[in-house]
Amino acid sequence: MEVPRYWRLQKQRYALVGEICPHCQVKIFPPRDVCPECGGEAKQPFSFSGKGTVFSFTTMYDAPKGFEMNTPYTVALVKLEEGPVVTAQLTDLGEQPVEIGMPVEMVTRRIREDEEDKGIIVYGYKFRPVMAGTH
Amino acid sequence: MREVIVLGIGQVKVDENWDKSLRVLAGEAALEALRDANIEQTQSLFVGNMMSGAANHQQHLGAYLADWIGMRYSEAFKVEAACSSGAAAFRMAVMAVASGDTDLALAVGVEKMSDSPTAEITAELATAADADWEADHGLSFVALNALIMRRYMHQYQWEKEHFAPFSLNAHANGAHNPYARFQKPISESSYINAPMIADPINVMDASPMGDGAAAAIIAPASMFKRSGKPTVKVAASAAATDTMATHHRSEPTWLRAAERSAKQAYQQASVSPADINLFELHDAFTIMAALSLEAAGFCEKGQAPRLAQEGQIRPEGRIPIATRGGLKARGHPVGATGLYQIVEAVQQLRNEAGATQVNNARIAMTQNIGGSGSNIITHILKSE
Repeated sequence: MEVPRYWRLQKQRYALVGEICPHCQVKIFPPRDVCPECGGEAKQPFSFSGKGTVFSFTTMYDAPKGFEMNTPYTVALVKLEEGPVVTAQLTDLGEQPVEIGMPVEMVTRRIREDEEDKGIIVYGYKFRPVMAGTH
Repeated sequence: MREVIVLGIGQVKVDENWDKSLRVLAGEAALEALRDANIEQTQSLFVGNMMSGAANHQQHLGAYLADWIGMRYSEAFKVEAACSSGAAAFRMAVMAVASGDTDLALAVGVEKMSDSPTAEITAELATAADADWEADHGLSFVALNALIMRRYMHQYQWEKEHFAPFSLNAHANGAHNPYARFQKPISESSYINAPMIADPINVMDASPMGDGAAAAIIAPASMFKRSGKPTVKVAASAAATDTMATHHRSEPTWLRAAERSAKQAYQQASVSPADINLFELHDAFTIMAALSLEAAGFCEKGQAPRLAQEGQIRPEGRIPIATRGGLKARGHPVGATGLYQIVEAVQQLRNEAGATQVNNARIAMTQNIGGSGSNIITHILKSE
């Protein structure tokens, strides 16, 4: 596991910091150098609220290396309130069945642990159902 | 650009080929293609492969294979475009000969998967997706396709069992292909009851891994002719990309790169979907077969499961797909798949497809998909 690869993405992983395009105002996550909508240069930071809805989801029974201990786990395409869609795990699901359109919010959680000797723990965003009365 | 033909084809059976190394697999397919073309070597060699660095600790496949098959001193390098590496290598061979730069080119697709443990290969396959924004969150390649399939079912109101005909057709056809990984038909109940991988995708929606290699020789139409067999021309070769991550597509259930490369291919070949006699598409998952049919213009958006229900995708139907088993039954040795599709299309056009021969097959289309739709390469072949 390579520390710099995770370290340099901490603003995105911990705080959903993306960009807003100064030319067409579209909100962008994750940040990139060229606006995917208008092709202009986009470098103005924008913090997303972390609120969104489930666009699609699946429960995984076979995991890639590094995630085998967590199966089964549910991952989703989450459509953020501000527009972009992100790929992330769902968490704190309890008995509640997941449905397309379900409101969710971002939380910071442990994503994976290094099984090798470095003992690195990667944290990042997951999404949980919005509790009744907390929204 | 010169007109080019497929002068020879070769393939090995897709399997867990424990006794065969990466180079032996690639070499067998390459040498068979050279024999079939009745030539000894080509000036150029393009090797389609995705994972040899991680799975076999071997890169530099150009020189590696050229040396092995007695083609030292030829030009040779590897072409990588995830699951579409095979078609990318084929396209390089077509371009090399069509441009006039070389007179004979060999394209080989190879993948040796069984040397790595399953969880490692699963992680390796996920490198076809975006590492930072998809795979790092624990998604496998199957999971990405499951997200697309669930959305598609939601959007167009299909149930899981409506995808069964794609799997059943592939396995029924694979039963007649001696090179297929699986050569037995399956029943509807075995489809429905198969173990889940990432819901709604179960084992019978997903193509199996395997070790495999396939090859094709490209030559100028003006200089070479096959005696006693129909000549197979490359009528179109087109490639297009889309966003790397699935979540960046405004409509994840529509393969824009498939639509684009298919349209370009139809234009190059001066044909329309109605002229295509068979379509070797990229059924890595049943949902991908559906999306490919729609994007290439064989039915309306969201209607591919209906086409399948009506039997239109079977060898005797309107648009036969996976005629030799497809990725589902022949197997999906990633970087080799695009060349298996070419080999199978050529078999059909030469009238060598046995029990699953499509009647009067004159025009065949192949489509190889890299990632969850981020790179799509379409070819059209014509027999004369």
